[in-house]
Amino acid sequence: MTEQTKIKYQQPDTRGYFGQYGGKFVPEILIPAVRALEEEYERASKDPSFNSQLNELLDEYVGRPTKLTFANRLTEHYGKARIYMKREDLCHTGAHKINNAIGQVLLAQRMGKKRIIAETGAGQHGVATATACAKFGLECVVYMGAEDMVRQKLNVDRMHLLGAEVRSVESGSKTLKDATNEAIRDWVTNVEDTFYIIGSVVGPHPYPMMVRNFHRVIGDETKRQIMEAEGKLPDYLIACVGGGSNAMGFFYPFIEDESVNIIGIEAAGFGVDSGKTAATLTKGTPGILHGSMSYLLHDKNGQIELAHSISAGLDYPGIGPEHSHLFDTGRVSYNAVTDDEAMEAVKLLSKKEGIIPALETAHAFAWLENLISTTTEDQVVIVNCSGRGDKDMGTISENL
Amino acid sequence: MNRITQKFNEKAADEKLMSLFITAGYPDLESTVEIVLGMEENGADMIELGMPFSDPLADGPTIQYSSDIAIKNGITIDKIFEMVVEIREKSEIPIILMGYMNPVLRYGVQEFCEKASRSGVDGLILPDIPVDEDEIIREHAEANNLPLIHLVAPNSSDIRMKLADSKSSGFVYCVSVTGVTGARDGKEVSDSVDKFIERVRENIIGNPVMVGFGIKSHEDAKRIASNADGFIVGSALINTIKNSYPKPEWKQDLYSLVYSLKFGN
Repeated sequence: MTEQTKIKYQQPDTRGYFGQYGGKFVPEILIPAVRALEEEYERASKDPSFNSQLNELLDEYVGRPTKLTFANRLTEHYGKARIYMKREDLCHTGAHKINNAIGQVLLAQRMGKKRIIAETGAGQHGVATATACAKFGLECVVYMGAEDMVRQKLNVDRMHLLGAEVRSVESGSKTLKDATNEAIRDWVTNVEDTFYIIGSVVGPHPYPMMVRNFHRVIGDETKRQIMEAEGKLPDYLIACVGGGSNAMGFFYPFIEDESVNIIGIEAAGFGVDSGKTAATLTKGTPGILHGSMSYLLHDKNGQIELAHSISAGLDYPGIGPEHSHLFDTGRVSYNAVTDDEAMEAVKLLSKKEGIIPALETAHAFAWLENLISTTTEDQVVIVNCSGRGDKDMGTISENL
Repeated sequence: MNRITQKFNEKAADEKLMSLFITAGYPDLESTVEIVLGMEENGADMIELGMPFSDPLADGPTIQYSSDIAIKNGITIDKIFEMVVEIREKSEIPIILMGYMNPVLRYGVQEFCEKASRSGVDGLILPDIPVDEDEIIREHAEANNLPLIHLVAPNSSDIRMKLADSKSSGFVYCVSVTGVTGARDGKEVSDSVDKFIERVRENIIGNPVMVGFGIKSHEDAKRIASNADGFIVGSALINTIKNSYPKPEWKQDLYSLVYSLKFGN
C-alpha cells in the first residue's frame, strides 16, 4: 500500500470558528450556558469514565458498530465502482441521530440538568432525544413545526410514547427553522435548569464541534471497516447534508486523507433555481442564524427564506458552519439533487438492496446517478445510509 | 456630543429616562415617523427603532408579530434610514436602532454604519451580538461614532458586566429577567430585580444603566427602575397598538399609555 498524502486539518479554533464560520452569536443570557457547556464538554471528552460510559451505551444500547454492507446488486446495476453502505439506519431508533443524543444526555446528566429540550424537523432527532431521556429518566420537551408534525406523524406518536412532550410550533414556516427559534426562546427563559440538545452541527460554539465529535464514530468505524474489506481507503464518500450532522461525522475522520473525494448532497427541492429549494451552499450566501455564521438562504434584505425539500430533515435554510468552511476551501464538493431524483433513489435502493432509506438518505444515493459513470471498477464508493425510511412511508406512498 | 449622552447629562437627579421601543414599519410604513414624534411629545426621552428580522429569537410573541407585519409591509433598512432622516427634520430625540445582525450583515456592515450615522442614528443594540463577537461591527461603528449598547442579564457574572460596561457607550441595557421580550406580571420581575440592579451598579460604573423587559405600567417602571437611570418599554406599546389599530383613536391610545408610563395617571 502506498503512503497516503495527508492534509493538515484542525478546526475549529478556540473561539469556535471554522475559518470564518461559526462563533457564538447568541443573546448575553445564553453566554453563561454555552460557556458552561464548553467547559464541561472539554472536561468530559478527556475523562476516561465519560468515554467508557458513552462507548458502552453506543455498543449495548445503540447497537454499534453499525455494519458496512457491500451493495452487490446496486454495484452490478451500475457496473462501475464498488458501492458500500454505512448502515446508520441500523442504529437504535433508525438513524444516526441517537449517537449525538446519547452523548449530550450524558453531558446534561454530568451538569445536573433535569430538563431537556430539543428541536426536530423530520422527528428523528426528537425521537432520539426522547429515547435517551426515557433511558435516563429526564424530562423532555421537543419543539416541532406544525407542518412537520403532519408530515411525520409516526415520529410524533413515537415521541409521545417515549414520554416526551411535543410542542407544536405555529410561527413562520412551521418547520425546523421555527422549531429551532422556539427551542432557543425556551432555553433563554429556562436557562438555569434546562439543557438544549441541538440535533445537528449547527448553533453556537461548542455545538457544531461537539455534535460532529459525537458522530465521528461513523467515520472512524467506516475507515476501519473499509480497510478490512478492501485493504484501502475509499475513493469517494457521499452523504446527504441538511444541517449536516451525519455527513460531518462520516467525513471528519477522512478530511486529512487527500485521496478520498468527499461529496455532500443538499436537497434541491423542486430544483436549485426553482425558488423552492433547500440547497444552502449552492444557492445561499454567508449570514448569521441560530447562533453561528454560515451559509444561509436569505433575501436581499437578510430575511431568512423558506426552504423546501420533500425531506423534512433537509428542509432547513442554513447549514453547519464547518460545511461552509469545507465548501469554501474546496475540500468537500457539494451538489444538490431534486425531490424527484431522491424518490427514484428510494425505489432503486428498495428493489436492489432490500433497504428502504429515509428520504434524507435517498438524496445521497441519488448522486450515484451522476457520479458513477465517472468511476472505474477498481474504485470504492461509500454512501452513508443515515436512516431508514419507515417514518417517510406516508410521503413516499403519495409520491410513488 | 452624542444625543444619548447629552440626554443623560441633562437628566434631573431623581428623573428616570424613558426609552420606547417600536418596530419600524408597524402597524404600517406611513405611521412610524408620526408615532415617534407623538411619543416624544408625550414623554419619551429616547426611541429604540426595531429593525425587523424574520427570526427574532430573543423576542416573545408580541415583537415576533410586529416584526412579521412590518416585513409584510415591505420594511427595509433603507426605509428605516429614510424614517430617521424625516424624524431628524423635526426632532433631536436620541434614536437607537435595535435588531439582529443578519440584515445588517447582508446590507454591508460598513455601509450600514455610515448611512446610519449620516441619517442621524445615535446608537445600536444588537441582541445576538454579545461582547465576545462585537468585532464584527465595532470598527465601523466606532469610525462612524455609533455607540454599541450591550446587554447584561441577571445571570451575567460580575466579569461579564464589567466587560459589557467597557465595550458599551451611551448606556448599558439591563435585561430584568432571563427570558425573551414581552410584557409580564410586574411582580414576576420585581422580586429578583433589586439584587440584580444592585450588582449592576457595583460593576457598571462607566455608563448609565437602563432596565427593560416586562415593564408595562408606571408602577412597574417605578419599582423596577428605582435604582437605575431609566427604563425601557416595548411589547406593552406594541400590544396597545395591536388592540386598537386601525380604529381612529389608535394613536391616542398609544400616547395615553406613553404619557402614563412616564408620569403616572
